[in-house]
Amino acid sequence: MAETRTKAHELAEKQREIGVAEFFSRNRHLLGFDNKRKALLTTIKEAVDNSLDACEEASVVPEIVVEVVDMQNDRFRIIVEDNGPGIVKKQIPKIFAKLLYGSKFHSMKQSRGQQGIGISASVMYAQLTTGKAAKITSKISPSEPAHYYELRIDTTHNKPEIVKEEVVEWKKEMGTRIELDIEASYLGGAQSIDEYLKQTAITNPHATIIYTNPKAEQIIFPRATEDLPKEAKSILPHPYGVELGVLMNMLKNTDARTLQSFLSNSFSRVSSSAAKLICENAAMLTSAKPREISRENADSLMKGIQKTKLMMPPTDCISPIGAEALEKGLRKEVNAEFYATVSRSPSVYRGNPFIIEAGIAYGGNQDAEGSVRLLRFANRVPLLYQQGACAVTRSVVGTAWRNYGLSQSQGALPIGPCTIAVHIASVWVPFTSESKEAIAHYPEIIKEIKLALQECGRKLASYVRKKRSIHAESKRRDYIETFIPHVSSALKSLVGLSAKDEEKTKILLKQILEKHRGKLESVDFDPSKNVEYDKEFALIGKKKEEKEKQTTLTEGEQDE
Amino acid sequence: MSKNVIGRIKDLASGVYQKILRKKQPDLSMPLRALSNVKYDPKEGYFEIIGKTKSRTLTASTIKTFAQTLRMMELSKDLVEKDDIATKREAYYVSKNWGEAMFKEQPESDTVMDDFEAMMEVNREQIGFIPEEKGGDIAGALVVIDKDPDTGKEIRIDCTKFGSGAYSIPSSVEDLKFETKAKFILAIETAGMFQRLVKHKYWKKANCILVSMGGVPTRSCRRFIRKLSDDKKLPVYVFTDGDPYGWLNIYRTLKVGSGNAAHINRYFCVPNAKFIGITAQDIIDYKLPTHPLKDVDIKRIKDGMKNDPFVRHHKEWQKNLNLLVKLKKRAEQQALAKHGLNYVISNYLPDKIKNQKTWLP
Repeated sequence: MAETRTKAHELAEKQREIGVAEFFSRNRHLLGFDNKRKALLTTIKEAVDNSLDACEEASVVPEIVVEVVDMQNDRFRIIVEDNGPGIVKKQIPKIFAKLLYGSKFHSMKQSRGQQGIGISASVMYAQLTTGKAAKITSKISPSEPAHYYELRIDTTHNKPEIVKEEVVEWKKEMGTRIELDIEASYLGGAQSIDEYLKQTAITNPHATIIYTNPKAEQIIFPRATEDLPKEAKSILPHPYGVELGVLMNMLKNTDARTLQSFLSNSFSRVSSSAAKLICENAAMLTSAKPREISRENADSLMKGIQKTKLMMPPTDCISPIGAEALEKGLRKEVNAEFYATVSRSPSVYRGNPFIIEAGIAYGGNQDAEGSVRLLRFANRVPLLYQQGACAVTRSVVGTAWRNYGLSQSQGALPIGPCTIAVHIASVWVPFTSESKEAIAHYPEIIKEIKLALQECGRKLASYVRKKRSIHAESKRRDYIETFIPHVSSALKSLVGLSAKDEEKTKILLKQILEKHRGKLESVDFDPSKNVEYDKEFALIGKKKEEKEKQTTLTEGEQDE
Repeated sequence: MSKNVIGRIKDLASGVYQKILRKKQPDLSMPLRALSNVKYDPKEGYFEIIGKTKSRTLTASTIKTFAQTLRMMELSKDLVEKDDIATKREAYYVSKNWGEAMFKEQPESDTVMDDFEAMMEVNREQIGFIPEEKGGDIAGALVVIDKDPDTGKEIRIDCTKFGSGAYSIPSSVEDLKFETKAKFILAIETAGMFQRLVKHKYWKKANCILVSMGGVPTRSCRRFIRKLSDDKKLPVYVFTDGDPYGWLNIYRTLKVGSGNAAHINRYFCVPNAKFIGITAQDIIDYKLPTHPLKDVDIKRIKDGMKNDPFVRHHKEWQKNLNLLVKLKKRAEQQALAKHGLNYVISNYLPDKIKNQKTWLP
């Protein structure tokens, strides 16, 4: 009977495990490598994000060198070098040449990277498009030697393949350097690497970025402060945010011997007594062995958690930019008449604490006819793609800007001379995809963003109202003044004034007007008032956009 | 008199100038000309001004009229000094030289002129301005004694000698004298009715003086009737259409004055005037053909009941207005023609004049 080969047998021969690297190599758009232009940005972004994270973790003021060399025929060499803590020798191959390997996924902590996928995906992309191995150099201390690796990914097994390995001389005290050759294309504009690095400089005022573009021009974004942002702390997950599958996984892998100790040791805000309460609400024994809990019981444990009133997760683990620093950044980028920024107090979605910060720069030399310019940041990383799919956009569209002095059509971004910046900082930023371009639409997040925007909006409204009323007052004064010569001329013949007295009367009337109506504050835009505005800086990433405008669509619509 | 006027104008202007010199907000204040600024005292018999004022100064809403009032004063001073006059319309055209301060429409210039007049507390004739409109027509047993404008010689005008035409009331009536043996004055709203009565010499039949007001009587018409009535001790009967306009605009203005002319009602009213028709009751009694009341009529009635001190004082008038609202109809003087063209002469007027109970105060 064994000879009877069924179709199922036939199919079974083809059925095998799909390597994660294999999967992503075919689905590279999921990681942000959908086209050549975006691939350049994604590669640099992943490397820079890692460098900044590493420096902050080591409490080092970051100095990051980014170099993009045009190798012709759509090939670029990308070099990113930092002064971070470096990587120990044995970890180097896995960090750079194994997908889903990293330190950040399992830790509940605010960081730029979170999945352990980005840089190795870049290495894989380089390998797929140019066939070149990634070149890594890392040094962990002045007394240690630097290690140099040339790495490839074995995509079938998602394993690093070491092409070359040696100890090299590196005059740097410590740090990491990566060199990748990729297929890419370099364009300016709102979604360019120039714009990305500039916005990164805005939200990371403690970092110095030295950037050499493909035209071999060097641009330096010097740090504005030596102070590192408040250190983000790692926290345990909060029970409210946990999903059944994750809970079951945790139960299986815990070392705790009782359910009560499992709950109080694996989650934040669960004290021993709260754990007991959860067990009661779930109708389970506090002494139950976590490893032996069935799916059904895990399900009732979930319900028990939901029934139990717990404190919200600690929120001091988040490190916001701060309203002041955000305003400083906006002032540098946009020469406006009016700025308003707000940093909300922490809030929670699905058990994850987060903070929303928002800023508005209004008026000045900004375009009054088009939609407002929207800058989105997540954990200090600028988001340049997928604007339309982002919760930030949804929140901006869903805010009634007409109340705040901007015009707005139903379901659209407001219109007016305005830049709106929104930053979300969280231990886990919910992106809509692994390429981390848009924030998912959690109601709690949208609500918080709207509240932040409304707070800025109210300040904006009072400024716009004041400006309008001063404008109206100055119009009224002009109107009144047109009649002053008539009054003085009539008085001249009625009272018999000399020409000199008539002139004097005119002057006196103007003085009376001023005295009676008060001094008129000037609201005319003074471009030199904002001393922090940096024109050169503001133009980065924009020069080419002007030329480009005729051929490409606006930002957002350009997304594919 | 003219010196006096110039002095007043100069006083007002230097008041403004002195304030400017002291760096104070200059202003001109003048009586408010509106029904809200009059009271009706039946003893006095006219709308008396009660002293509310409005002010014009250097604010966006008043600066233009402030400048225009000064300009108007300048023009007036010029006219009085040269013993010249300007009609209201001419004054409006003069303003076309004033640049931004010019009047766009004549009602604007009329308002500023009337305010200036109220401020001066004199007749506009005294400050050099005369009205456009005719003063009204006179026919009947009356001799008007006027003066030749050139020679100053007395002229006797016999109002019986105009045939089917009539004598026109001049714009200034202060210096006229009268001779008459008539028993009463009949003031008529429409020129049509006046002509019928003149044609059939009703004035001879009834021994009276006929006045055609042609709508709301002009100031000179009001003043003429008042002067004639006072001088010759003649009662005044008023005959208008049976509608709110005839009653509240024409009759009320003739008898007690108006809100608009609050500052001069004292001179321009005929307190002893009596209303003989057409009343709302007449519409029923004489079975007159009617038209439906228009929205504007109803509005005028409501407004009168609420804001007109004269109506509010006289219950009879309120009753009359309410009856009209109930009938939802109005009737014109000429509606009497239903009973024959001369019914008004042969029946209506004699009946009404005889029967005082049908009058309204």
